[in-house]
Amino acid sequence: MKPAVLTGEHFITGDIACAEGALAAGCRFFAGYPITPATEIAEHMSSRLPDVGGTFIQMEDEIGAMAAVLGASCAGAKSMTATSGPGFSLIMENLGLGICTETPCVVVNVQRAGPSTGLPTLGAQGDMMQARWGSHGHYEIIALAPDSPQELFFQTITAFNLSEVYRVPVLVMTDEVTGHLSERVVVPEASMIPIQNRLRPTGRKDRFRPFQPGPNGVAPMAIAGEGYGIHVTGLTHDERGYPVMTAEAQADMLERLTGKIRRNLHDIIRTDSYRLEDADIAVVSYGVSARSSLAAVDEAREMGIKAGLLRLITVWPFPEEEIRALANRVRALVTVEINLGQIHLEVQRCCGGKSPVFLVGSAGGTVIPPENILEVLRSV
Amino acid sequence: MKYWRIPFDVDEIQTSRGSVTIIEERCKGCGYCIAYCPRDVLELSDRYNAKGYRPPAVKKPEACVNCHYCEIICPDFAIFSEELPPDAME
Amino acid sequence: MEKSKKKAAHPLDNLLRTDRIPHIWCAGCGIGTVFSSSLIALQGSGIDLKKTVMVSGIGCSGRAAGYVKLDSYHTTHGRAIPFATGMKLANPELNVVVFSGDGDLFAIGGNHFIHAARRNVDLTVICVNNLNYGMTGGQAAATTPSMAKTTTTPMGNPEQPFSLPLLAFASGASYVARWTILHTRDLTKSIEEALLRKGFSFIEVLAPCPTGYGRRNREAPLETLRLYQERTITRNGAHPTEATLDINKGITVGKFFEQDRPTCVEMYDRTCRPSFSQESA
Repeated sequence: MKPAVLTGEHFITGDIACAEGALAAGCRFFAGYPITPATEIAEHMSSRLPDVGGTFIQMEDEIGAMAAVLGASCAGAKSMTATSGPGFSLIMENLGLGICTETPCVVVNVQRAGPSTGLPTLGAQGDMMQARWGSHGHYEIIALAPDSPQELFFQTITAFNLSEVYRVPVLVMTDEVTGHLSERVVVPEASMIPIQNRLRPTGRKDRFRPFQPGPNGVAPMAIAGEGYGIHVTGLTHDERGYPVMTAEAQADMLERLTGKIRRNLHDIIRTDSYRLEDADIAVVSYGVSARSSLAAVDEAREMGIKAGLLRLITVWPFPEEEIRALANRVRALVTVEINLGQIHLEVQRCCGGKSPVFLVGSAGGTVIPPENILEVLRSV
Repeated sequence: MKYWRIPFDVDEIQTSRGSVTIIEERCKGCGYCIAYCPRDVLELSDRYNAKGYRPPAVKKPEACVNCHYCEIICPDFAIFSEELPPDAME
Repeated sequence: MEKSKKKAAHPLDNLLRTDRIPHIWCAGCGIGTVFSSSLIALQGSGIDLKKTVMVSGIGCSGRAAGYVKLDSYHTTHGRAIPFATGMKLANPELNVVVFSGDGDLFAIGGNHFIHAARRNVDLTVICVNNLNYGMTGGQAAATTPSMAKTTTTPMGNPEQPFSLPLLAFASGASYVARWTILHTRDLTKSIEEALLRKGFSFIEVLAPCPTGYGRRNREAPLETLRLYQERTITRNGAHPTEATLDINKGITVGKFFEQDRPTCVEMYDRTCRPSFSQESA
C-alpha cells in the first residue's frame, strides 16, 4: 500500500510521471485501452489506483473509455484516460459530450506520428490541431504541452485543476519522446501540491439550475446521487439542462461554453520565456521541440544572434497576446514543432504580417535536431 | 367481467372499484386504453384536444375495477384510476 | 362521474419532469408504455430514488432520460452503457438504469453491450425494441426482421436480425427477459426484479413504432398490439436459443434466464483492492 503522493526523488519515464501526477491531483478513476506509446500510463494506473481506493478499468475501445471517464466524473470521481493518435480519434466523439455537458476530466495524448496507424513507436506533434478542433462543432478547449517527465507530473496536476475549475475536458498533449524519456522527477510533499475541486451547488435543490454560470462563467456542478435530480444532455440545452432546439438556445449555450474559457485566459494561459528580454528573433515552441529550441537558442546566443524562446505550456487556448506582443518587437519568429505546420499557422495568424514567421518542422518520427533550428536562426 | 367458469365463492369476493381520470391534453388518441380495458369501461369521445387528438371518455364508470391496466399501457401518462370505497357507486 | 375542479395529477407525475410533458413520442408509439412500466417499477422496488440515475443513448427511446425526474444523463449514440459503467464503478452506491433503443444498444453500441454483460456490471438495461430506427425516419436496424420493409430496405430486409436475449445470455448477462408493451404487469414485475438483482440485467421490450416500422409493414398501432396478443407465447425459463421472434412462428416472451455471479465491482474489490473492501465491509 502506497500513498497517493510519492514524495521524493524518482528516476522515471514521462508516462509514469504523468500517472503519478494524476494520482497526486486526486484522480481516482482511469478507463483506457492499450495503445503505444501511452500504454504505460494505463499499466501504472492499474497497479496504483487500487492503492488509493480508486478504480481502473480497461474498456473495449477508446470510445467506451472516454464515455466511462465522463460517467465517472458525473458520479463525482476525478477521472482520466490516456491514449495516442488512433485512440485520440475515437475519443473525439465523447470529448464533444464532455465539452457540451461541462464534465471535468483529463485526456492525455502521448503523440505518435500519423496519419492512421503511422509510426506507433516514434514521436510526433501532429495532433495539435485535432486537439483544437477534432470534435465536431464550435467550442473552446484547454490543452497543455509539457516538455519533460517532471513537467508531465506537474502539468497533469494543472490539467486536473483547470478541468475542475472550468468544467471542461483538459488535454495533456505530450509525445512519445517525453513519455518514454527517463529523467529525475521530484514529487513534493502532498501539502505543497495545490489541488482545486469543482464548485458544488448550495441552496435549494429544487431551484438549482445546473448550467447557470457563476461569477467566473462556470456553473457549480451537482453530481449524481446528491438529490438534485439534474438532467444532463449532449443536445443543445438551456440553463436548466433541458433540450431546446432553437438557434437562440444554441447561441446562448455556445456563449456559456466558450465564454468561460475566453474570459479567463489570464488564469488559463501559461507560457515560459527564455532569453526573450533583448531578443530580436523569437522561437515559439512547445513540448519536446522546446528542448531542441532551447539548445538552439543557447548556441545562437554564443554566435552573437539575439535569439530567445517562448515556450507554450498552454497551447489551447492559444496565447495570442504573447505572440502579438512578440511580433511587435522582434524581426522574425520561428515556430518549431514535429509536424509540417500546425501551431505555426496560429503564430502566423497572430503576427498578422507584422514580422515574418519561419517553420522548422518535421514529418514525425524523430525529434528536431537543434542544428536545424540554428540553421534557420542564422539565415534570418 | 365475463367468467369462463364461475368460482364457487363468487358471491363472497369483493371486487375493487375504481374511478378513471383522463388528462385530455396529454392524450394522443392511440386508443390502447379503450381496446385493452378488460371491463370495456372506455370509449372514444367525440371531443378533440388542443393537439387534435380524440381522447377516450368513460362509458361505463360502474364497471371499472381499478386494475390500472389503462394507466400503465397509456404511453402518454394521460389516464389513471383511483380506488373507490366498495359501496361508492351503489 | 364527478369531475374535480383541481388539475388531475397522474400517479407518476412525481417521477416525471411534467414541464416537459407531453413528450415527443408519436401517437401509438410504445416507448411511453415501457417508460411508464419502468417508473412504476422504480417506485415499487423500494430502492432509494435519490441514488438512482437513468442513462440513455440517442434515438427516440434515448429521450426517456429527459423526462424522468431523477439524475438523468442523455449521452452519445451507443455510449449509454460505457457511460453508465463509469458511473457505477466510480460510485457503486448508485442504482444505474440504462434506458435506450435497439439501434442504440445493439448496432452502434453493440460492442459496449456485450462487454458490459461479460463484466457483469451492475446495471439494469431496458431496451425498447421497435425493430427500426425511429428518430431518423424508419431505417433498418440490427433487429429488423428479415424481408421487412424500411426506408433503407425498400425491397425487403436481406439481412438477419440479432436475437437480443441470446446475445445477452451468451455475453454473460445475469438476468435476461423479453416482454411486449401489452404484458404490462409481467414487464413491470420484471423491471422491478432486475432493479433489485445484482449484476447485468437485460430486458427487451417489443414496442410498436407506427410511424416508422408500422407504416411500411402494414401494421396500424392496434394491429401490432393484436399481433402481440395472438402470437406471443410466455415461456419463463425457456433457453434463449429458443426465444423466437417471428410473426409467423411466434414471439417467445418471458423471463428466460437468471443467475448469481459476482459483479464487476465485487470482482475488482476482491482481486485488486481486498484491503479496501474489507474496510468498507
